[in-house]
Amino acid sequence: MAGVKWVVAEVVGIRDETATARTLLLRIPRWTGHLAGQHIDVRLTAADGYQAARSYSLSSAGDDEFAAISVERMPDGEVSPYLVDGVVVGTQLEVLGPLGGWFVWRPTQAEPIRMIGGGSGIAPLVSILRTHLHSGSDAPVQLLYSVRSPEFVYFKDELAELTAAARADVSIRYTRSAPEGWSGPVGRLSAADVQAWAARTPASSLPASSYICGPTRFVELMADALVAGGTDPLTVRTERFGGA
Amino acid sequence: MGIVTPGFVGKRRDADPRLPPGQYETKDFPVLSVGPTPNIHAGEWQFSITTEHGETRRWSWEEFRALPVEDVHTDIHCVTRWSKFGTLWRGVSLDTLFEGLQTDAGYVMEHAYGGYTTNVPLAELRGGKAWLVFEYDGEPLDPEHGGPVRLLVPHLYFWKSAKWVTGLTLHTTEELGFWEVNGYHAHGDPWKEQRYYYDS
Ligand SMILES: Cc1cc2nc3c(=O)[nH]c(=O)nc-3n(C[C@H](O)[C@H](O)[C@H](O)COP(=O)(O)OP(=O)(O)OC[C@H]3O[C@@H](n4cnc5c(N)ncnc54)[C@H](O)[C@@H]3O)c2cc1C
Repeated sequence: MAGVKWVVAEVVGIRDETATARTLLLRIPRWTGHLAGQHIDVRLTAADGYQAARSYSLSSAGDDEFAAISVERMPDGEVSPYLVDGVVVGTQLEVLGPLGGWFVWRPTQAEPIRMIGGGSGIAPLVSILRTHLHSGSDAPVQLLYSVRSPEFVYFKDELAELTAAARADVSIRYTRSAPEGWSGPVGRLSAADVQAWAARTPASSLPASSYICGPTRFVELMADALVAGGTDPLTVRTERFGGA
Repeated sequence: MGIVTPGFVGKRRDADPRLPPGQYETKDFPVLSVGPTPNIHAGEWQFSITTEHGETRRWSWEEFRALPVEDVHTDIHCVTRWSKFGTLWRGVSLDTLFEGLQTDAGYVMEHAYGGYTTNVPLAELRGGKAWLVFEYDGEPLDPEHGGPVRLLVPHLYFWKSAKWVTGLTLHTTEELGFWEVNGYHAHGDPWKEQRYYYDS
């Protein structure tokens, strides 16, 4: 990775995830893939030279040809509204990466995987799911995904397919409103909910690794709940996206 | 300057001389941590400095709080690109803690609760440049931000200001800490944009 520099990437595909979020597929020169969980920095330059840069987790599988980022539009944000509304296929963006060596999952990890995502925090977790699938790993994997309501679910079909194929134990928690006919609970996850979910992890000789990602406040609450439920803090990796 | 991004204007138009390259100003106080936030009671907190000869100095919370305090008014810069201006801290200068200590070491490893470490040259912690802080903005330091006590080394990227710090060990050779092994720069000067380990 030595010598990583800002390079010019080209947007080669765009997919709407929700009304407020999009996935951008990027062709990055000399890209040799990434570890699941890593991020890139994206830099925008105005005509007068003014620049703004932000970090975005990669949602692609580590061995995908194109890198993918999945961005939620923040009201009044500087960079995310441009990425969600301003970019078209063919737009060039400067990127740096892949970055980060701790919030990562490697296919050599055999222990059970627990993942909790809030909102756009699903992005690196989907990278882990995809990389897990591509590698044929048989590490048990469970995902708890907190979203406001059904129309805010990213990667909807893909998550349903993984569930149907029994590749992953996916639970979605709707915090405001659930789809019609939903029989599960609705509302923010409590510590007890998280602990009950964690208790579902299949027995293994290896302690599970936990990955928690999303807005800072959400990550704090989820990590506290796991630790209060007896999970060793050193097995919990977190990525805080910011916000309140 | 990089390639122009068509249609991008940006919002923070005024170049502020307090802003290092590649940073933007935030009024919030974002949190950068790689794991859960530990909950450490001040009463159980301890701090130690161990020299390269194995000589150790220790402070309990009460001993630490009996030391002279300073107020620090400073800008801080996080590697994740936010900077916050004019933050207010209260703590003990590391010069006070190092006073009279016999050492020829050039390097320091900062140790934090949970086993996290970050490395820094000793010269960066001496001469009125670093503090052990226990108050932020007039309030006890929040666990999220490293309370009860964190290091404050504001002239370097903020991960060098170890949260939940428990001790320093002094070394004659440079070793990399947890953050640096995981991709961050050994030195971390925001004005030179030393973010990642391959930045010169
Ligand atoms: C390692 C890392 C990975 C990230 N990955 C992603 C990703 O995959 N997808 C993604 O959409 N974002 C991700 N983010 C957040 C992203 O970097 C930006 O912070 C976000 O897009 C807002 O930037 P902006 O310029 O639009 O808003 P800004 O102009 O910087 O800020 C606008 C307002 O939005 C608030 N805000 C910023 N982030 C959030 C948040 N997550 N929730 C609520 N409020 C917030 C700020 O506090 C501020 O008040 C990641 C952040 C980090 C540190």
